[in-house]
Amino acid sequence: MASSSTPKYNSNSLESSSSKRTLKDGTNWEQNEEIPRLPGETRVTDKDVIYMCPFNGPVKGRVYITNYRLYLRSVENDPVVVLNVPLGVISRIEKMGGASSRGENSYGLDITCKDMRNLRFALKQEGHSRRDIFEVLTKYAFPQSHNLLIFAFANEEKFSENGWMVYNPMSEYRRQGLPNERWRVTFINEHYGLCDTYPSLLVVPYNATDDDLKKVAAFRSRNRIPVLSWIHPETQAVIMRCSQPLVGMSGKRNKDDERYLDIIREANGQISKLTIYDARPNVNAVANKATGGGYEGEDAYPNAELFFLDIHNIHVMRESLKKLKDIVYPNVEESHWLSSLESTHWLEHIKLVLTGAIQVADKVSSGRSSVLVHCSDGWDRTAQLTSLAMLMLDSYYRTIEGFEVLVQKEWISFGHKFASRIGHGDKNHADADRSPIFLQFIDCVWQMSKQFPTAFEFNEQFLITILDHLYSCRFGTFLYNSESLREKEKVTEKTLSLWSLINSEKSKYTNPFYTKELNRALYPVASMRHLELWVNYYIRWNPRIRQQQPNPVEQRYMELLALRDDYIRRLEELQITNNSKISNSSASSASPSQMMSQVQTHF
Amino acid sequence: EIHIKEPIEKEVNPRLLPGELLLCEASTVYKYIQEDGSNRGTYGKLVCTNFKIAFLDDDSASDDNEPQFKNKIVGENDITLQCVDQIYGVYDEKKKLLTGQLRKYPEKLIIYCKDLRVFHFCLRYTKEEEVKRIVSGIVHHSQTPKLLKRLFLFSYASAAPNNTDGRNQTVMFDTLEDWRDELERTKGNVKYKAVTTNEGYRVSEKLPLYFVVPICVSEESILKYEGRGIPIWCWSCHNGAALLKMSAFPKEQDDITSQTQKAFLDGIYKTISKPPYELLKMDDLSSSLPSLQDIQIAYTRFKQLFLIDNSTDFWATDVKWFSLLESTNWLEIIRRVLKKAIEVAECLERQHTNVLLIEESATDLCCVISSLVQVMMDSYSRTKSGFQSLIQKEWVIGGHGFLDRCNHLHKSDKEEAPVFLLLLNCVWQLVQQYPPAFEFTETYLTVLSDSLYVPIFSTFFFNSQHQKDTNMSGESLKTQSAPFRFLTVWDWSVQFDPKAQAFLNNPLYAEKPKLDKSQRKTARFKHQRQLSLPLTQTKSSTKRGFFREETDHLIKNILGKRIGKFINSSDEPPNSFREFYDSWHSKPVDYHGLLLPRIDGPEIKVWAQRYLRWIPEAQLHGGGTIATAAKILDLMEEVQSLQVKMDEEHSQAVSGDVHSVPMLRNSARLSSLFPFALLQRQSIKPALPTSTWKDLEDEDDLVKRDDEFVDLSGDM
Repeated sequence: MASSSTPKYNSNSLESSSSKRTLKDGTNWEQNEEIPRLPGETRVTDKDVIYMCPFNGPVKGRVYITNYRLYLRSVENDPVVVLNVPLGVISRIEKMGGASSRGENSYGLDITCKDMRNLRFALKQEGHSRRDIFEVLTKYAFPQSHNLLIFAFANEEKFSENGWMVYNPMSEYRRQGLPNERWRVTFINEHYGLCDTYPSLLVVPYNATDDDLKKVAAFRSRNRIPVLSWIHPETQAVIMRCSQPLVGMSGKRNKDDERYLDIIREANGQISKLTIYDARPNVNAVANKATGGGYEGEDAYPNAELFFLDIHNIHVMRESLKKLKDIVYPNVEESHWLSSLESTHWLEHIKLVLTGAIQVADKVSSGRSSVLVHCSDGWDRTAQLTSLAMLMLDSYYRTIEGFEVLVQKEWISFGHKFASRIGHGDKNHADADRSPIFLQFIDCVWQMSKQFPTAFEFNEQFLITILDHLYSCRFGTFLYNSESLREKEKVTEKTLSLWSLINSEKSKYTNPFYTKELNRALYPVASMRHLELWVNYYIRWNPRIRQQQPNPVEQRYMELLALRDDYIRRLEELQITNNSKISNSSASSASPSQMMSQVQTHF
Repeated sequence: EIHIKEPIEKEVNPRLLPGELLLCEASTVYKYIQEDGSNRGTYGKLVCTNFKIAFLDDDSASDDNEPQFKNKIVGENDITLQCVDQIYGVYDEKKKLLTGQLRKYPEKLIIYCKDLRVFHFCLRYTKEEEVKRIVSGIVHHSQTPKLLKRLFLFSYASAAPNNTDGRNQTVMFDTLEDWRDELERTKGNVKYKAVTTNEGYRVSEKLPLYFVVPICVSEESILKYEGRGIPIWCWSCHNGAALLKMSAFPKEQDDITSQTQKAFLDGIYKTISKPPYELLKMDDLSSSLPSLQDIQIAYTRFKQLFLIDNSTDFWATDVKWFSLLESTNWLEIIRRVLKKAIEVAECLERQHTNVLLIEESATDLCCVISSLVQVMMDSYSRTKSGFQSLIQKEWVIGGHGFLDRCNHLHKSDKEEAPVFLLLLNCVWQLVQQYPPAFEFTETYLTVLSDSLYVPIFSTFFFNSQHQKDTNMSGESLKTQSAPFRFLTVWDWSVQFDPKAQAFLNNPLYAEKPKLDKSQRKTARFKHQRQLSLPLTQTKSSTKRGFFREETDHLIKNILGKRIGKFINSSDEPPNSFREFYDSWHSKPVDYHGLLLPRIDGPEIKVWAQRYLRWIPEAQLHGGGTIATAAKILDLMEEVQSLQVKMDEEHSQAVSGDVHSVPMLRNSARLSSLFPFALLQRQSIKPALPTSTWKDLEDEDDLVKRDDEFVDLSGDM
């Protein structure tokens, strides 16, 4: 029957809808179970529109708007076109065409999304239909700008796992063997008095008192003092993170900061220099002196070596992603794909970030020297570098839970400004604070998992799901700029964690090829020969470029796994029957040779 | 053969093949390990024979570290003379190309190979006499023009024991039977016939002894223009439409000649356009595809990107890698060729028209396109023996001029063009896009491409069947010796032992389920349905009517003319290709049915295994596609041992012949360069870019800004 056709271009929507029947008139959608709805999700409005699909042309359909999503279903069934877009991904809503505009479908709405696509709807010119839908969408897509709650606070979903329990800083530090005789846990920031963008629990050198820390804080931008991120289990060398020192034009010095860095250097028992990686390009670090910032000078820090990693700022990254979108959406630049890709610089930025992280990791692992990483404020490039270096050095972070801990720790708790960088529920699409820093980090992780397909417990879907919910506002995980704000807003009490969703359905996000390997440093090759554009993410809306799902290599492996398990089971059965000496082999004797031919055909 | 190790014995001698002669040698040559410019390396002897250049390590104690994948004919430090691409001498740190006579002898020798290896030999510690001999010997034997009979192929064939039975499952197409079987297999025998007209090469020396033409074409017309202007059959599609090729007439000055040729062609077209033959579309490949010269230029530039001297080189070219790649145009040529093959497939599959490929000799781009179309449309061509038979049919017997195109004899650079490599590069795109559809692996394609330069097989060392036949007899006139018995490259056991051969078989290949006879009828029907999927596509109510009308109109048009249609001519629906392509890609893939490559920019990739395999900087320790492949092989091995156990439990000990699975213990640590380069970095130091890109000319204002502008000096 016609109505049983499945969506043709159900472009990898966030929740896969398995709807079988089609809506005929859509008048009474409260009773229509086909429109997916989450507990706590409420209807707002619905309207007949024409969806201007860039791949299939105009599609007549009905759009449903809730406090969480925009859902569109085509009127025609062949093919069924479905759009399922959380309002959180919307970055900008524009009206196109005026009352006088002619031409077919030139009057309507143009919606820019944060996830590499645009949506266009053509509407009827009569009535106030456009004004109504524009207002509703604006209100629910940008609740922060309208004094409304973000959907995560209304979400009433239930999960079998509680993702808020995944990260406990104390147990994570204990896993690393901390505290020990050289490193201690301090509660000086318990009420965020020392630094309001840091977590409450910090690990610092044993030989530095809380008083010392306060003095150091005065010399570090936004009081973000050097604290421990990770300790090497063998060399005892550490990765420290912080913000820039407040050197300024006059080249100020601070004895406490200098002494503190020396304590850090000495803490791993080696007499080597402390290595400082300033993530910025040299010129930018110098330029920062004009506004009171800067970097550790040679004179003030004779026992430290400073390297610049040449990673550009958030504005450069934002522009780069914008250019990338231009060449992949809606159509993939055809004639000069490679040079177009190069001109976006996106992969070159990825290369620089990875190169920096490799240097950090290599220094700590084989250079046997402790490392201090900072940029300007230590919440963007610094987070990228420390978390990637940790991913290279510590195989725990390559598991599903370990990666969740890594994100919770290095990004969320250490104050990567998710709210500002993403702009959750905020209408200021042109805000200069927005930047795809976290996306860039996930891209780096994807590049690593592509180069080492057996080293990560999670699969590509895991990374895509994280990115989808970075914007969706369905979970509280990425809301707000700092731990102190999240505490104030009672995020863990009032919202759900993204990790609840993922950990309740782990098999969906598991890489079958994962091979557990302990204590093995994993260095990706940061060469353009190996870096690839993440097609399955950046070009996933384009049905022409879709990858085969499921991956045939993975599928074959799963088949073999099933076959092996089947053999093992049957072998056990056989052994039991043989042991009991019942000669009843005629019934089962045919099966092994059958199985045999099944496997052999592939050799 | 047992080797007794004598560690005291310093003298190492090259392992010579039958018929191989040592020509010159030099000792205390220092071979650099291509790594980090640290000048590390080993001393040894450099020799040149009539087959290869070889470096013999002084302390060849590395026997205990036998690689898992080893070529029995060409060792790790062997370069066959045909594999040498370019030789450079280094004089006072300056590189100079070495070609003919040398006045001064270099202190360093760099050999770039056609399989993309790069060797650096230091001659500073070698006796001057020996330097002179080895350098001029190498340059002379590998870079100067040669006579066909001086190819090692002949020395080997006369010296090697005639123990090849040569028969494997590959169809060689050197007998009438083979062609008849192929006609039968593809159900082409109703309208096409295999002819013997060319026996004794009466028609042409360029055509094979036996070939297939439409039944209505007379022997007379075949003979008229040495086979030119005659449609020669390549393959028949399940729906009866056929793929044909034709050698065109050269441009004639003479009006009368061209008039008669035109009349002749018109006559031919008329006969093969009448029913039962399908509509005919023609495609003049010399105008619709890049020229051989363009292809040669593109490949020369492209391969240069992978012939890397050192680490600095690698990172310097990394900065602008994508634009460098694009400027070679090689990937764009691959894309255009794939696109052309899809167009042809669309005509055959959806429009039910015959396609006639036209080219001057019909032995270059015709071979590429017709092979690709068959790989895409005929799942038999995606099996190992099917693919090999296809290469025999279209290329070896089909008369592709391997000798000239590879410039094996260094006769003329003008004839050189990597046409066969182009095919392998295109097939690789399909292999990596649809791994389960092929019985062979990318490693198979890589070693096949390497075999182009191994002159012990006749497969790639003749221009035509005629040339091979006339050179078959042994020592000319005088002695009436037995004809040479050449080896064929398809006998993989010559190069690889069974363990290594296992790497050529794809563990992911989903073999076509074999059905018993009772089921076969329905199965075939199903198979054809799958093949014609795109036809059932435009079902939607309003659209259908529209397209119907248009196609009806079109068919009438074509019926009016019936002939002389060119693919993509103006009266073709402009989006017919796109529609065919899109509708196929919106359906799930049937690995045994029609297979269309994806050709959008991001989908066309560099064949990393072939081109990056010798570059240490590009090595991923424990990574790359081999990591997952190894997991699969390990698991298969486990399943196999369980099978054996199970059989034992059943005490029916006959376990049949268990095929070998490559042993890959500790596979997690394999390098991504596996199974080729065995470069093991001693330290696990990560590769770090030495030159990074910094300039962002056009975004200066953004670059200078800080993340968030806050004046911190006030806080102090």
